[in-house]
Amino acid sequence: MNLTVNGVDTAIDSGPLTSLLDVLREELGITSPKAGCEQGGCGACTVLIDGEPRRSCLTPVASVDGAAITTVEGLGSPEHMSPVQQAFTHHYAAQCGFCTSGMMLAAHAYVDRGGSDDPEAIQEALGGHVCRCTGYVKIIDAVVAVARGDSFDLSVTAAGAAMTNLGGVA
Amino acid sequence: MAPDVLVPSSPADAVSLFGDGAATTVIGGGTVVVPELTYGCLSPDRVLLLSHAGLDGITVDGDTITIGATTPISDLLGLAEEAQALAACARNLADYEIRGQATVGGNLCVGQGPEAPRGDLQGALLALDAHVRSAGSGGERTEPIEEFLAHRQGRLILDVTFQRPAASAFSALEYPHTHEYTVLAVTGVRAADGTIRLAATGLAGPGARLRSAEAVASDIEAAGSAATDDVSFADDALASAWYREQTLPVLVRRVLTQLEESA
Repeated sequence: MNLTVNGVDTAIDSGPLTSLLDVLREELGITSPKAGCEQGGCGACTVLIDGEPRRSCLTPVASVDGAAITTVEGLGSPEHMSPVQQAFTHHYAAQCGFCTSGMMLAAHAYVDRGGSDDPEAIQEALGGHVCRCTGYVKIIDAVVAVARGDSFDLSVTAAGAAMTNLGGVA
Repeated sequence: MAPDVLVPSSPADAVSLFGDGAATTVIGGGTVVVPELTYGCLSPDRVLLLSHAGLDGITVDGDTITIGATTPISDLLGLAEEAQALAACARNLADYEIRGQATVGGNLCVGQGPEAPRGDLQGALLALDAHVRSAGSGGERTEPIEEFLAHRQGRLILDVTFQRPAASAFSALEYPHTHEYTVLAVTGVRAADGTIRLAATGLAGPGARLRSAEAVASDIEAAGSAATDDVSFADDALASAWYREQTLPVLVRRVLTQLEESA
């Protein structure tokens, strides 16, 4: 079997029923997809399969033989972050980080398919992703910002800007 | 021991490898079976993986709609014009990613979940009087979905067909939960000949027709009350049997009201 993982053609040795999650984490050492509930309910293992967000824990690797797989590493790098990665940074949309890669990949696909900046539509699109820090407000804020085309100056974070504003009022 | 994994590359190949289905575990989208493998609840000897079998796709031929077995649930959202209730039922099911991965055939084959109901589409397709074409022991057969659900062991679904209704309506119990399971849902259909059919999912066992309610469908209040006559309810992690029994009449009345408004 073969996968294109973050743009790199990769031969796969795991057995055909091995979950894509285990292939990525155990065989290839890509640990950004998280093993959360491993029954499709939490969203932490989400990756893009041919551009569509899917649960890697529910996917036998043989069922996606030949597909292109994208993890957050494939969205951008610390030096060249994708718009969604920039927005999550700017809006402090990560706390413990366990749900973050799944959230960002679902958000990336949502924006990619022309999703609007309507918070309700974004909630629906991210409905399969659980954040146990309950940091949903900042996550939704980040996706709203990307969907409406904001650009981000990461030298000034949202929280930093807010504190500056408070200082100005005082 | 690792199971024998078969990956058919055509519908004919799938039928031939399935054979009589004995000791064969079929994986469509994997959303139900794969966790059972992961958690060691299932240790099959022989697995048929349908990902490359070419059993997916929807065809609309006049008033006849045919849905391939491995069509993802998300594709049903495009049938709003043909069968509004089926599209609404699909949209209510789980979340974006699961809808893209779970299959129509799998949804008709799943048994009762241990903690929550499964098989959301069963009610909608029962109300649409869909027919299921399947392969297995004795060869291919096409039968009403109600009969299929009663005798589905050892069958490989090929496709599901229904006739475009004059109107259809769907109503699900709104029940906030971190998992997007459907507690209870009702679909109503007014067929081209005016017949009203009602069916529910979230009952004890698979989806079921609500025939006593159908018989008095012109009296919405009475139909709601009659809805509990033919079915039984089960407790699970989401709701009690008692709660479901109280809410089924409400959903039936909502669906019949929607159908009346669409007349």
